[in-house]
Amino acid sequence: MSSKEQKIGEIIAEHHGREGPLLPILHDVQKEFGFVDAEAETLIAKGLNLTRADVHGVVSFYHDFHQQPDPRPEVQICRAEACKARGVEALMADAETAAGNRVKLKTVYCLGLCSVGPNARVGDDLHARLDAAGLTKVIENAR
Amino acid sequence: MIVRISDDALALACGADAVAEAFAKKGHEVHRVSSWGMHWLEPLVEVNGVGWGPVTTDRVDEICDGKADDICIGPVEAHPFIAGQQRLTFARAGKTRPTSIDDYEATGGWEGWKRARTMDPADIIREVTESGLRGRGGAGFPAGIKWKTVADAKNPRKYVVVNADEGDSGTFADRMLMEGDPFQLIEGMAIAAYAVGAQTAYIYTRSEYPHAIAKMEEAIRKAAPIISPLHMEVRTGAGAYVCGEETSLLNSLEGKRGEVRAKPPLPALEGFMGCPTVVNNVLTMAAIPHILAEGGAEEYAKLGIDRSKGTMPIQIAGNIKHGGLYEVAFGIPLSKLIYDIGGGTQSGRPVKAVQVGGPLGAYIHPDQFDIPFDYEAYAQADALIGHAGITVFDDTADMGAMARFAMEFCAAESCGKCTPCRIGAVRGVEIIDRIRHGGRKRDTIELAPVMHNAPKDAGRLPEQEVGLLTDLCETMKFGSLCALGGFTPYPVMSALKHWPEDFFGKGQEQKALDETTA
Repeated sequence: MSSKEQKIGEIIAEHHGREGPLLPILHDVQKEFGFVDAEAETLIAKGLNLTRADVHGVVSFYHDFHQQPDPRPEVQICRAEACKARGVEALMADAETAAGNRVKLKTVYCLGLCSVGPNARVGDDLHARLDAAGLTKVIENAR
Repeated sequence: MIVRISDDALALACGADAVAEAFAKKGHEVHRVSSWGMHWLEPLVEVNGVGWGPVTTDRVDEICDGKADDICIGPVEAHPFIAGQQRLTFARAGKTRPTSIDDYEATGGWEGWKRARTMDPADIIREVTESGLRGRGGAGFPAGIKWKTVADAKNPRKYVVVNADEGDSGTFADRMLMEGDPFQLIEGMAIAAYAVGAQTAYIYTRSEYPHAIAKMEEAIRKAAPIISPLHMEVRTGAGAYVCGEETSLLNSLEGKRGEVRAKPPLPALEGFMGCPTVVNNVLTMAAIPHILAEGGAEEYAKLGIDRSKGTMPIQIAGNIKHGGLYEVAFGIPLSKLIYDIGGGTQSGRPVKAVQVGGPLGAYIHPDQFDIPFDYEAYAQADALIGHAGITVFDDTADMGAMARFAMEFCAAESCGKCTPCRIGAVRGVEIIDRIRHGGRKRDTIELAPVMHNAPKDAGRLPEQEVGLLTDLCETMKFGSLCALGGFTPYPVMSALKHWPEDFFGKGQEQKALDETTA
């Protein structure tokens, strides 16, 4: 048994008694490995007595789950209406320059800080009232 | 001295942790409390009832000496922003430590739960119905009637599900309540579960709210002995906006794709795992403890106007000087919210448009700002209250681009179950692009000699494309299964109606380019 198989087995066992355990399992698998690939899907399907198509359908539906590894740090930038009203679009060119190939920029729709935008999130750290310099700093500091 | 600083996610994003640390280093006792909702002042520091904000670490010494007059707002509770509100759901905001069960009890916590437990479940439901409480998630369906349907259902296995998937841009009241007063939500859920006979209660929230999840989980652990034998759990979504729609949410909770279900059957009869389920928004549930406390229902029903009863936590966001959470009885006009309370735009430029009700809400023109905050009045104006988020735009906003974004958002977030939403949104983006770029030219297929029935003229003028967009919006509005496809026409058509100049001729350079390459 590979270590991946064992780890996924442990995650499944931990959630097995819950009603509708698939999403919590996928969150944990992604947290552990950084992505949910075909192998993980097969193992989860077997553990929950589902088809791999069932699991793949769920993985591919949600924006949070990735099917390939991406080791770059991720900076989430809110580009929904409230942040647009506060000028986030004007910052995007600078943000992309600062990110280059080192940092992955992800557009999200709303971090719930709509009165102090533009906002960004790195891991669980939130940043508000960003201007071009502020956002550049957030991106440069992302690890 | 005791220094009070919020640990709400918004305060953290504005640097509250560093300020709190600076005060702690000086040897002061720091209490991390919920946010008052005066977001432009965060991080707000409160000492003996007097507030300073926004505070940076270099002002800490001055505040300790009682100086820093330029950022002092005086007694926090007397601040006009706070004094003008009627706070019921957010009565504890700014006053208690969110996960302190002692603070909660000391401020009237569990009163509703204690009284409810001495009552017959049918009487609880009657009181909720009489209070006039309507679902705060957007649809405005009377809460008591929903509860009664679940209570009367025959299945012995029942559920309470709280919809905390607050995906609308411009809304943050659910997040603030979960982070600031989690026990109130727990108390409301416990009362609901007792009234309808449910054994399990779920809170489904978003992965974008890690702080709210942590606070709720901690609070549930602490409240477990009080609400026992009810089992309560937080579930995290995975970044799909459509899961805020109740039937998608239930599918997601079951571990499926978050596709909408056709109604009927209603979730009240066949909801989570096919069992009768109460699905209510966070703010609906959080209003329950107050209603169930002694005499609460009558007091609640006295507030508001017509069929919109009680208070609504209104979220003032976007390009606004004094943004934040403003809880007030229904009926307040929009102009008062934007100018008197919000202080106009942050940029100092004139207000161009206000979107009420999140990304699916209509854009309101300044000419309509006297419209009172009330479900029926908004419906009459072809708009909606939704989750009561108001997002302000100044005159630099390009409303054609915002209409395009509404369609783009719908295309990105559609669950794909119904055709009007899945395909309509994609076509909507294309049509708006064509309107902005001067209409449509004949494409290569139509130009092919075999296509002899194809239109011989130059394609469609922008004005003709508008007719097509209007038709498409009608189809989406009446043909979609849920609010995502059904309400996207609101921002699109309202933008087109009030600011047509933002649509036409935006891309003349593009048109010239098309003509030279044709």
